[in-house]
Amino acid sequence: MNSNTQETPFRGEGGSTLFDKIWDAHVVSTVENGPTQLYIDRHFCHEVTSPQAFNGLRERGLKVFRPELTTLTADHNTPTIHQDQPVQDPISRNQLDTFAKNANDFNMPLFYPLGHIKNGVVHIIGPENGFTHPGATIVCGDSHTSTHGAFGAIAFGIGTSEVEMVLATQCVLQSRAKTMRITFNGKLGTGVNAKDLALYMISKLTTGGATGYFVEYAGEAIRNMSMEERMTVCNLSIEMGARGGLIAPDQTTFDYVNGREFAPKGEEWDRKLAYWKTLKTDEGAKFDKELVFDAADIQPMITYGTNPGMGMGITESIPTLESIDEAGRISYQKSLEYMGFEAGEKLEGKTIDYVFLGSCTNGRIEDFRVFANYVKGKKKAHNVTAWLVPGSWMVEKQIREEGLYDILTEAGFDLRQPGCSACLAMNDDKVPAGKYAVSTSNRNFEGRQGPGARTILAGPLVAAAAAVTGKITDPRN
Amino acid sequence: MEKFIKLTSTVVPLPIENVDTDQIIPARFLKATDKNGFGDNLFADWRYNKDGSPKADFVLNNSLYSGSILVAGKNFGSGSSREHAAWAIDGYGFKVVVSSFFADIFQNNALNNGVLPVVVSAEFLAEIFTSVNVDAKLTLTIDLENQTVTNNATGKSVTFVINTYKKECLLNGLDDIDYLLSKKDLIEAYEQTII
Ligand code: SF4
Repeated sequence: MNSNTQETPFRGEGGSTLFDKIWDAHVVSTVENGPTQLYIDRHFCHEVTSPQAFNGLRERGLKVFRPELTTLTADHNTPTIHQDQPVQDPISRNQLDTFAKNANDFNMPLFYPLGHIKNGVVHIIGPENGFTHPGATIVCGDSHTSTHGAFGAIAFGIGTSEVEMVLATQCVLQSRAKTMRITFNGKLGTGVNAKDLALYMISKLTTGGATGYFVEYAGEAIRNMSMEERMTVCNLSIEMGARGGLIAPDQTTFDYVNGREFAPKGEEWDRKLAYWKTLKTDEGAKFDKELVFDAADIQPMITYGTNPGMGMGITESIPTLESIDEAGRISYQKSLEYMGFEAGEKLEGKTIDYVFLGSCTNGRIEDFRVFANYVKGKKKAHNVTAWLVPGSWMVEKQIREEGLYDILTEAGFDLRQPGCSACLAMNDDKVPAGKYAVSTSNRNFEGRQGPGARTILAGPLVAAAAAVTGKITDPRN
Repeated sequence: MEKFIKLTSTVVPLPIENVDTDQIIPARFLKATDKNGFGDNLFADWRYNKDGSPKADFVLNNSLYSGSILVAGKNFGSGSSREHAAWAIDGYGFKVVVSSFFADIFQNNALNNGVLPVVVSAEFLAEIFTSVNVDAKLTLTIDLENQTVTNNATGKSVTFVINTYKKECLLNGLDDIDYLLSKKDLIEAYEQTII
């Protein structure tokens, strides 16, 4: 945050958007005919996209410029069982050891290795420990950094070269994004949640529909959401190509942040809160693009193809080949072939093999509450292998404290240990080739959950219904 | 970083849309702690059978096609931010990727590794695919100085857009870190203004 907010250049005549306000407050310099040098308030770091960045620092003989502004957690390449024992796969173990060595060599004070109570998926542990603040610029070598935008922050994924830049200078070079506002009027129906809203939106925009934009989410349906639901929506911004998504902070946001370990305290809290309250789009500010949807049109969603834009309402049929424009037909057919589906087919009632509840999209306590609430008093289907993976150790602890663990085990489910797990299947949590997985994660790309794995993305409620029926089931019935 | 000025090369056509970074380099290959060797696993699941033998129908295994220019369908590089995707493309020997549309993070990552993403219109892209269908030895010329791409079969040349700063970086083989390190005083001055 920059105190010179009165010097903020107003972009449009009608005023500034939320994105403009935060961006302008973080500009260190502008390269002539080039990108902006943007100051970064919080950097998150994990074991997979950072080793080459630390090597780069070594090669250049550089130190980490502001070590206290980087939070490090091991999550992508970690097992979800026996975390107290040495990691079996020697290459994975080497990557984790390298991560620890880097944190140590560069004197990083906020390092949370496997088993640490603050360890977990990077986009889960950030908010829950109070590292994520409104008005901040936040980056991580991970595309779902957009999650943190839920707090009214500019949060986006970067590559490893940029991780190196942040470590070395606390800055990145970025060209200013275009702005888009997506408004959801009205209320979501019963049995429809934030994930369904996001999958609906991506199905309308396609996977490239928001490329080059920062998206602000607005409207009654967004305002009514808890912070966790807002995180689910912002998390999925990248799946329509957006650089990031953000939601203006309000009382829901402030209440969530207040009191968390790394949240501002005392006089600093008051000062920052006063600033955060100014963080909203001015009335009359112009966006480069505006879209409006009606929340009541949304039903529980599933995907049928191999990108997150290939989604439909659970009662609908897969689009016919004729409805796809010509240049896209080869890819479309390839995608349905991979999934073993036919154009025009309905998927309700289709038998599935795996259920994955977890990831930075749906691995928070509210997701486990939704899942547990549905399976309570029911039994897991025999044909289903279910992986329930809390997003962090703090979520895991809360699952036990709230009695959800007992509900889940009575219904025949078990909990695994926190991590990214089957979301990207870098560890052993791989869905076998040809098997169908109803997954609360964010990507259904070919092979994403294991070579040949067939992923059907859905929210936690649809996942719960699939887990107890063994089929794709409308949870509203 | 290596300089990039001008390149004439045969092309490898991949007329698939929405090629995501999980296809470019699957997650299980991201366990390395250096930047080497990713080229061998570029497009691994499309390129190799389970036993490691090459899949005959994938373009990288087709001896008709070679060269340092990859021509791909729209929305190339979507999905994960993994820079390993750029390392894999670079490691395999591609210096240019031509498409009608690129995902943002991939585009940045490519540029940061001296790989030039060239955006052309859907029509021009379709023409390249047609030309290479007719003659697998089709060459394209990419001239960064003049920002042009030429289909040497048809002689048609179009301009492409690149940020002036990034262009200078590529022409001179400089990277962003060099620039940022030279601005340390500005960064410290900025930090004084944080409330
Ligand atoms: S849970 Fe999945 S999407 Fe989220 S950070 Fe981990 S791998 Fe990335």
